[in-house]
Amino acid sequence: MKKIIKYVLVDIIQNRIVLIYTLFLLVTSFSVFSLEDNSSKGLLSMLNVSILIVPLVSLVFSTIYVYNSAEFLELLVSQPLPRKKIWLSLYTGLTAALMLAFLVGVGIPLFVYEPGLTAVLMTMSGLFLTAIFVAIALLASVKTRDKAKGIGIAILLWLYFSILFDGLVLFLLFQFADYPLEKWMVGISSLNPVDLTRVMVLLQLDISAMMGYTGAVFKDFFGTDLGRIITGLFLLAWAIIPLWISTRLFHKKDL
Amino acid sequence: MMKSWIIIATIFFWLNGYSKTITVGGKNGISTIKQAIQFSSDGDTIIVHPGRYREGNIVINKSIVLKGIKLPVLDGQHKFELISIKANAVVVDGFKIIHSGVSSMEDMGGIKIYDCRDVVIQNNVLEDTFFGIYTQFGKNCSILNNQLTAISKEEQQSGNGIHCWKSDSMRIIGNTITGHRDGIYFEFVTHSIIWRNYSHGNIRYGLHFMFSNDDAYVSNQFKGNGAGVAVMFSHGVKMFSNRFEDNWGDAAYGLLLKEISDSYIEANVFVKNTSGIYMEGASRVHLFKNLFENNGWAMKIQASCMDIQVEKNNFLGNSFDVSTNGSLVLNSFNGNFWDKYEGYDLNKDKIGDLPYRPVSMYSMIVEKNPPAMLLFRSFITSLLDKTEKILPSITPEGLKDNFPLMKKAF
Repeated sequence: MKKIIKYVLVDIIQNRIVLIYTLFLLVTSFSVFSLEDNSSKGLLSMLNVSILIVPLVSLVFSTIYVYNSAEFLELLVSQPLPRKKIWLSLYTGLTAALMLAFLVGVGIPLFVYEPGLTAVLMTMSGLFLTAIFVAIALLASVKTRDKAKGIGIAILLWLYFSILFDGLVLFLLFQFADYPLEKWMVGISSLNPVDLTRVMVLLQLDISAMMGYTGAVFKDFFGTDLGRIITGLFLLAWAIIPLWISTRLFHKKDL
Repeated sequence: MMKSWIIIATIFFWLNGYSKTITVGGKNGISTIKQAIQFSSDGDTIIVHPGRYREGNIVINKSIVLKGIKLPVLDGQHKFELISIKANAVVVDGFKIIHSGVSSMEDMGGIKIYDCRDVVIQNNVLEDTFFGIYTQFGKNCSILNNQLTAISKEEQQSGNGIHCWKSDSMRIIGNTITGHRDGIYFEFVTHSIIWRNYSHGNIRYGLHFMFSNDDAYVSNQFKGNGAGVAVMFSHGVKMFSNRFEDNWGDAAYGLLLKEISDSYIEANVFVKNTSGIYMEGASRVHLFKNLFENNGWAMKIQASCMDIQVEKNNFLGNSFDVSTNGSLVLNSFNGNFWDKYEGYDLNKDKIGDLPYRPVSMYSMIVEKNPPAMLLFRSFITSLLDKTEKILPSITPEGLKDNFPLMKKAF
């Protein structure tokens, strides 16, 4: 398994796209922090990077990578190796490479310019999002044989998690405006990993505004240690469940 | 000329000669303060040496100076009001006053001034008192450099730190107040000044102001109070150079203005409050050169306000700059610096060429539908905000700064 992970990692690094991604994150982070005189504005821009760019790159890159390494996968499958191990190594390699890119590109600048709990939470959330969206990408690519369709699904998923879901929530909020929805909103937010990480980080960043009436409900949940642990478990579930399903599908798949 | 000076000096020394100094405690002093007051007459000085005095309620009904040396302790044993002042021009200086009685029928205070004038209360330390320093019908009194600490946890169980009722020309200067219900409470108090006080960690308001006209509060610091500072039903209030900090909660405001008119709010600093200023039914208020930094909402101006002038203020790092609850806008915003301004300045006069709209669409949504706070800073809401900036439909058309500054106002 270690060997396969190593092959995948070397392949991805040779591929140079991940290097460019790292460089892009690094340049964005440093320019954001050195241009903004207001550090909280810089943190906000970084939040946007980690909740928009990270899922997009993780999804699209992983999907394309899986399709492109179809032959490599076939080769591995013909060897006396369990399919589960092959698939998990592929996932681990991809996630490790992208996580490394995020750590170097965003994590380091964060700790250089804004060390503290916010930086830790933001880095953690970026790493989680990488793991989650690589898992979702693998699921999307194992489900569809057609490359174009698979990439299309990946992009649609990104649109759903980043924009559509929030639109739906807003719509629901207005439809049920007469009901006390604060507690429900905490539950609903766990249906979208992007929202979960965003609220977690915001409770650090916009603490003053979040101390308002509804914010207090969120704060009571997300702001406590128990809430953070539960959120962490939910995020973990968001990575593990798609990965598990995709592993099962790959196990049965006719290559 | 010389002659009149001699006469004045003679009269002065003659009068002075008749006032005496009485010592309480120590080696040769009288044992109780009450006895000393009995022996004294107007103009005398009573010096109290260090010690613990349990004398119940001490009534001062002569114009005397009561001075403590090295903070003698007056203990009310949770039963009594400690000092009741019922004469003009009394000075109470340098006592440690602890454990007053608690009674909501009588409003027991550590020190209470009843219907008299020119009283000075200074350099005292009050601990575990129900009301701290209480004035009713006081005139021209000074409350200087006292330290008040209450330990009660519940609003009903605690009184106000410095409480003034139906008073005039008061000077409240340099006091530190913590743990009380309201730090400083004014009701029907006129022509008074509150200067350089530090009011923090009080259960309800740091400063509470009702029906008190023509007062000024200057260079005070209000930090971490349960509900911030409330100024209500008054006119002619001047608020200069105060600092409002860390007032967190849905009903906590840096500064709550309700039915305030003809007032000035200048050079104040609002940092890290849920709402910096909340205004309701305010009119003719001038906000000038204030700093709003890292607040949830810098200002909440309800549609019931009119003729509020907001000029030359700095808005930095607030989650929302301004929010309102209606489309009617009778207030003006001019020449402020907004860190969220995205316009340009082609003619280089340091004033942005496009007006700035401080009310975002999302803040209107949150105002109507608080759970929408969950979507704060999500992509969809910034998308909505951007479209709303180009074609305003929900946000009030008139609420805008026509001359936003490109650089900080100060």
